[in-house]
Amino acid sequence: MLALLAQSPTLAQGSTLLAQDPTLADFGRDPWWLILIKVVFAFIFGAIGTVLGVWFERRLVARMAVRPGPNQVGPFGLLQTLVDGIKGMLKEDLLPRASDKVVFFFAPTISAIFALTALSVIPFGPVVSIFGHQTPLQVTDVPVAVLVILACSAVGVYGIVLGGWASGSTYPLLGGLRSSAQVISYEVAMGLSIVAVFMVAGTMSTSQIVAAQASGARLSLFGWEPSWGYWPGWYALLLLPSFVIFVIAAFGETNRAPFDLPEAESELVAGYMTEYSSIKFLLYMLSEYVAMLTMSAATVTLFLGGWRAPWPISLWDGANSGWWPLLWFLGKVTLMLFLFVWVRATLPRLRYDQFMRFGWKVLLPVNLAWILLLAGGRVAWSGNVESGTRWLLVGGMAVTILLIGLLWPARKPEKQRSVAEQVAARPTGSFPVPPIDLVVPPSPRARRVVAERAPANVAIGSGESGESETATDGRGA
Amino acid sequence: MSLSAYVPILFLFALAAAFALFSVGVSQIVGPKRANRAKLEAYECGIEPSPEPVGGGRFPVRFFLVAMLFIVFDIEIIFLYPWAVSFNALGLFGFVEMLLFIGTVLIAYAYVWRRGGLDWD
Repeated sequence: MLALLAQSPTLAQGSTLLAQDPTLADFGRDPWWLILIKVVFAFIFGAIGTVLGVWFERRLVARMAVRPGPNQVGPFGLLQTLVDGIKGMLKEDLLPRASDKVVFFFAPTISAIFALTALSVIPFGPVVSIFGHQTPLQVTDVPVAVLVILACSAVGVYGIVLGGWASGSTYPLLGGLRSSAQVISYEVAMGLSIVAVFMVAGTMSTSQIVAAQASGARLSLFGWEPSWGYWPGWYALLLLPSFVIFVIAAFGETNRAPFDLPEAESELVAGYMTEYSSIKFLLYMLSEYVAMLTMSAATVTLFLGGWRAPWPISLWDGANSGWWPLLWFLGKVTLMLFLFVWVRATLPRLRYDQFMRFGWKVLLPVNLAWILLLAGGRVAWSGNVESGTRWLLVGGMAVTILLIGLLWPARKPEKQRSVAEQVAARPTGSFPVPPIDLVVPPSPRARRVVAERAPANVAIGSGESGESETATDGRGA
Repeated sequence: MSLSAYVPILFLFALAAAFALFSVGVSQIVGPKRANRAKLEAYECGIEPSPEPVGGGRFPVRFFLVAMLFIVFDIEIIFLYPWAVSFNALGLFGFVEMLLFIGTVLIAYAYVWRRGGLDWD
């Protein structure tokens, strides 16, 4: 707790920074060919990541379901996704008659393009030497780098909602709408969860956030500061609530199980992808996996120390220099991907109203309360506040929380409506769905048996369903 | 720090766009073209698709409501970001200011909650 409240070591002090740590001034001075190499590297990271990611997920889910998974094409089935991709490309690309042709054509490309663009601000490693040039292993970094990631993942949803709308079909429309509502709801949770990171790191640039997690504040026990004692620097440990909320929001944002409601096959066939075929379908798949990869990389960057070596390895001096950090980074991203797959294999899909309620009524208030608590604590213990003001602050916060808790508008419990009332309450012109009374109608066979036993009962009891009964009898005869 | 640091983002954007459009274009060339009427119908589990005006049918107004709520809270977040970045410099003053702002939004939030704007029934 105290480590959080202490002022984070500002980068100007530079005591923990090594020469390999890039600063913001290191970006934007690469020659054009170096930019090109890095851009191609990031693109290949996305493309290969998708090919291997699909294989990884299928193998892992198969193992968890006690199946072998794809194991025929290439060693361990590694080439399965590639072959599937080529096959998909050679399939017929259908353009449904009812669709909006132009939007239908461009929607999947929007998704794929912005999913890939988000990789541009992910730090893959420290300053390395490429053909004699000292350059950070990151396509670029800007003072608002995290906003670039958020913006790309938010624009990516245009591809989904436009694709669903342009299909001219009911299921894709509903899938696209669900997706947009879901992504914007969880964008609120995700946006709020990284406020705490900005607050502690004091910057929004990804490379500087990684640098800020290099080492934590000095361990201090009532004034005793041992020379070996440092708090862990990873924000996943320091800002645990933010980390948990960010990961949950990342699942919602990438439309992954258990939040894969836009493509819930039991309700919406395939959601917004229903009308898509051939390469356009593959582009949606690609953007989903690249988005997953980007979210994993963003989680690693913001909360898990980025490319820095985890604790036991970090004791080795060379761990954070040269090309080694790329390995740590890829290892951490793989662990995050494993989490994505593990959750998919474990948890069932949520119902839509439960999902929306969780986002708006749980994640949002918890997030706000955590930010205020953290901010209040940091102000109170920042050192330039008198002790009287400090206790006033703590007392004020306690009173505020108490007041909000007391005055929070409680919801009246709804009374249970009968089936007849439910039917009457339906707006005019709605679909003629049967009343949800959960009474299973007797099977025709059971009804016939009853009829044979006591014909008079059926004649009285059948009433309005007499029509269907004669039809059943006619087919049976 | 100049704008040149933003240029590589455009590079990656251009490469991704070239890849996406190229692959769609190639698929148009190499894929077979044997469309028939049934293939081009909207998919509706094998039955005749229910007629729907081009440009989307009707959908629940809840989605619109969620979008409106999103704007309110997204603006709140946008205010929070610069405040969080310069939090150490602002100190107690910044904290109290943000407390007042979040308190105002919280009143609106409680109102929406009470009116059932966050329910999905």
